[in-house]
Order: sequence, then structure tokens, then C-alpha cells
Amino acid sequence: MESVLGRYRNLIILVGVLFLQILGLAMQVKRGTSSSEEKDTRLIRIWAVGAISPFERGLVWLRNGTGNIWHNYFYLRGVRAENRQLKEQIEQMRLEQVRLTEDATQAHRLQILLAFKEQYISKTVAAQVIGSSGSDLSRVIYIDKGENSGIKRDMAVITAEGVVGKVLLVYPNEAQVLLISDQSSGVGAILEKSRLQGVIRGTPNGEVVLEKVMSDEQVPSGETVLTSGGDRIFPKGMPIGTVTKVGPGKDLFLNIKIKPAADLSRLEEVLVLLEKQERQPVAEDNVRVRAADILAQRLPSVPDKPAGDPNAPPSAIPGATKPISAPATGITGGTTGVSAQRTSPTTGTTTAPAQKTSVSGVPATKPANAVSPQQGINRGTTPVPLRPPVTSTTTTTPVTTPKPKILEDPLAPKPEGGQPEGTKPEGAKPEPPIIEQRPAAEQKPATPATVPPNSQPPNEDNRPQ
Amino acid sequence: MRTTALNNVPITYTSNEQVEVYRFSIPVTIGVPLLALFLQAFVPLRFSRFAVYVDLPLLVTIFFAMARRSPIAGLFTGAFIGLAQDMLGHNPIGIYGISKTIVGYGASSLGVKLDVENAGARFLVTLGFYLIHSAVYFTVARGMVNMAQTWSWLHGLLAGLANAVIGVFLYFILDRFKQRT
Repeated sequence: MESVLGRYRNLIILVGVLFLQILGLAMQVKRGTSSSEEKDTRLIRIWAVGAISPFERGLVWLRNGTGNIWHNYFYLRGVRAENRQLKEQIEQMRLEQVRLTEDATQAHRLQILLAFKEQYISKTVAAQVIGSSGSDLSRVIYIDKGENSGIKRDMAVITAEGVVGKVLLVYPNEAQVLLISDQSSGVGAILEKSRLQGVIRGTPNGEVVLEKVMSDEQVPSGETVLTSGGDRIFPKGMPIGTVTKVGPGKDLFLNIKIKPAADLSRLEEVLVLLEKQERQPVAEDNVRVRAADILAQRLPSVPDKPAGDPNAPPSAIPGATKPISAPATGITGGTTGVSAQRTSPTTGTTTAPAQKTSVSGVPATKPANAVSPQQGINRGTTPVPLRPPVTSTTTTTPVTTPKPKILEDPLAPKPEGGQPEGTKPEGAKPEPPIIEQRPAAEQKPATPATVPPNSQPPNEDNRPQ
Repeated sequence: MRTTALNNVPITYTSNEQVEVYRFSIPVTIGVPLLALFLQAFVPLRFSRFAVYVDLPLLVTIFFAMARRSPIAGLFTGAFIGLAQDMLGHNPIGIYGISKTIVGYGASSLGVKLDVENAGARFLVTLGFYLIHSAVYFTVARGMVNMAQTWSWLHGLLAGLANAVIGVFLYFILDRFKQRT
């Protein structure tokens, strides 16, 4: 025995050292079990279970086999009654399932609506690249900032050009960063124009590819790839790279090669995202503009509707008049709130715009419906003459004169030279009309859709000439 | 096979002379592998292809193993250098360790049998062990760790040739640190 050990001493030591390393490796490597895709089981456990379980499985099979024979073939008392009861129960549960499915769908929808938040980069720390793994099979770099600088695991690492990777391991003064070109990395990505989503992965030879894009999609070369934010590591919208080559891949997916925006082979300084701030997205007022609001803004002179005016004509376009009268009458809530908010910055309901308009000769108390020449130019509408100043007190003045037919010709100038009746003090002289300087073609007023075909065109006689 | 009593090392198949066994000072034993690991980690920051084609820790392992001509010393040298190299990466620790243990054992065993002092032999030995190292790494990484690996003969040969050329020059530099037993 001793001679054998002595003769094969080197080989035995080699096998022993290799065995220890394999054992150590098996304690680190995690594999997914057959039932789950997640890598949550250590390889050594799988090996141990694989060695033990066949015996256990045999014993259980033997025990169940004998038990099943008795229960399935001999002891069948009360089975029919139980079967009937179970069928009834199934019917009830099916009904319940339909209701629960609806509830779940609704809950999911509401969750999406309520939990939707946008992420912003609020704090970063700059770090110097001090080393790498030195292996093309492990694409990691080391940076000179670590736990003492607030860096934690899974923080995003970027450069000004784009995404670099994520923090994998953190030491007190250093951190290991896994590059996006490593085959074990994964970044949620979205194509900038086509909005197709996929996963950025590295390949064994260090290339970066976009996976999980179906082969029936069209992905042009040169398209920018951005982070989708779905990985909860990188904020949405950061550049990852550009598409360089698109080809057929495996399993009905495209093989899309990406050129990283950040030069991963020449990294010197990087930024680590320490904090991401989540905010509720603010609804942009200018995104959805109602046609009625546009019409209201383009109206050159709509008289303020006095409250409780019995002679006021019925409004066919309520949306056109509400936002106009709202700022002057102080109505800010309700359905007119949106319109009032949007019109207020440009029509002088707030202090700053009011001062701005007063420079052009219009006092700050100008009502919301007054449109300055600047507004007309910016909005691409025909410039219309300004009305004389209208004070807020005039909005409550009773008006006895008939209202102009603004609904028949909303773009037509004011018959009384752009001044509403309500602005006239009682007994005051009528002001001279303002002559329009429109071209002839523009003087023909546009007929709104609400005007019937057989109705008269805008009354030229009403216009003071 | 003829054996000699001197150092318990057999005569090589390629030479009638006794094979000399060398030893190294402690600073060299520790410093050279560390320097190799440092260069392996640092140079790719400037030359990214360096890590793809050159494996300095492997060359150091082969050199020490061949010079010491002791399989046990060779396998432990390979194991330590390989495990240290594993620690620099993010893959499970032990893949390089296993590969370099086998290379260290093989190189030292070969050093006992063959005269590996000349440049041609060193070139071929380095080329061969690079391929063995790559094959073991590929097998362990793919079979055990389940890493997505692809074997490329072209890459293996090119990298092997590059390592062999660098190794020949490196070994002549490291020969200066040899101490006769």
C-alpha cells in the first residue's frame, strides 16, 4: 500500500488538489433546477441531491404503488357522491374565476396608472478605472471608489457617452464593475425609433448584442438603442449604443449587433449613479389641446359673458367660451380649469404675462380672450386688431346691447371694433371702429362647422366700415 | 530509464546530462506571479486585445513549473496563480485554478522528462500547454459552470502562438532569477 502511495504520490496530490477545487467551485456555482429558471441552487446541492434522490424516489414509488392499488381499485366507497359534489364546486369556482379575472385585470390597469413613475439621475460619483480582470472571459473593471464613497451593489455605471455596466462587488475603496459586454450581463433596452424592446447581452467574444427582438420586426442599422428602465438599474432613456448589424438569430429572434456608445475598451473615468429620484410624471398641458380651446384662443374678440345675462345667445360651442371667460370671472376650477391654465400664461391672467402684455399697450387687466399680434404670429393665425382695454369690472356690468354672433364667424373681427359691449360705460360715446388690414382673401371669414349650409355668411353689414 | 541520485531527478530523454533543478528566492516566487497578474489586469485597459491573446499568469506558471521540475510544486504554483487570477474576475473561483493546476503539473512533469531549456522546446511546450489550458478552461466553464463558451481553433492557435513567442522572451528574462540547488 505504501509503495502504491509513494509511487503515485504526485498523481494523488494532483487529484486531491483538483478535487478540492472542483468542490470549491461546486459550492459557488448556482444552477437552476428543472422546475425553475432562476439560478438559486448551488451545484454541490444539486450533485448531492442527484446522488441521494434516486434511492428516495425508489422508496416513495414503492410505498405509493402499494397504497394506490388499495385506494384506486378496492376502497371506492362514496366516490360517486364526492364526484357530484366536486362538479358542483367546479361550476361555482368557474363563475368565481371569471369575476376574479376581471378584478385582476382592473387592478393591474390601476396599478400601472398609479405606480407609474419616472426616474431621474439625482446623484453620481466620478471614479477612475484602475484595473480589469485581465481575462476576456470575465469582462469586469475595477474603479477607485467603493463603499466609503456610497457605492453599492447593482448601481449603474455610465460615461458621458453611454452605459458602461453595473457594480458587481463593492469593497471599501474599490468596486468591481461588470461591463455590458460580459456574457453574464443584461440590460433592458429599447430601440429609439421603433420602440422595440429587448435585452442587451454580451457574447463570449466581447460583442454586444440585442436579444429578444422578434425576427419579423424591422430594425435598421444605425438605430440608437436606449435603456428601457425595465431592469430597475439603469434609468430609462440612456444611450447604450447603435445597431451595426442585423441578422437572423435563434428561435425566431433577430441577432442584432450593437456598437456600444461608450468605448468599453478605453475606459478611464466613469460615473456611478448613486441615487435615482422617482417622480410622478407631470401632465403636460400642451400635449392634448382641444379643438375648442384652439378656437377660443384664436377668437379675436369674444365679449365677456355677463353672469345671468338673459339675453345672451345660447352657446353652441361651450368649450370655446368657457376658457375665455374663466380667467376674467375668476373661475378656475371644474372643467374650465385646464383651459384656464393653458391660456393664462399667454393671455395675462398671471402677473408676469400681464406685465408683458402691458408693454404692448394692453393693460394687465385685459381679458383672456384678447389676442396680441405676437400671439397671432406665433400661432400662425391671421393677425387681428386688438380690442381696447377691458377692465375686470366691466365683466359684471349688465349688457343690454345684443351680443355679436360669434358662433357664426369666430374668426371674424369684432363688429364694434373689437370692444365688447360690456366694456362700455353707460352713456359713453361709441368708439371709432378699427379698420382691419387684412388681405381680401383673409377677410372672407371662415364658416364654422356648426353653421348650417343655408345660413347667411357673416353679416358684412354688421361690420363697421 | 536511467536515473541519477543527484536531486532524485532522472536523466532527460533528450540529453545525456543531468537535468538541473532550480529554485527561486521568496521575493521572486511571490513577486513575479503578482507582477504578471497586475500586468494582466492593467495592460488591457490600454490595449484591450491583450487579454484576448495573452495570458501572462499562464506563462509564469509554465516557467516556474518547468524550472522547479517538481510536479507537486508545479501543481501548487498553478493552483495559487490560477485561483488568484480567478479572484480578479467575476466568474466562480476555481476555473483558472483547475486549468493552471493541470498545466503546472503537466509542465513540471514534462520538465522532468525533457530538456526544455532551449527556445524551440519552450516555444512548443508553451503552445501546447496554452491549448491544454484553453481546453480545460472550456470544459470546466461550459460543463460545470454552464457558461456560454465557443471553441475556436483559429483563436486558440493564434493566441497560443502569441503566448509562445512572448513566453520564449519572458523565460529568458526570468532565467536570470534562477538559483541552482
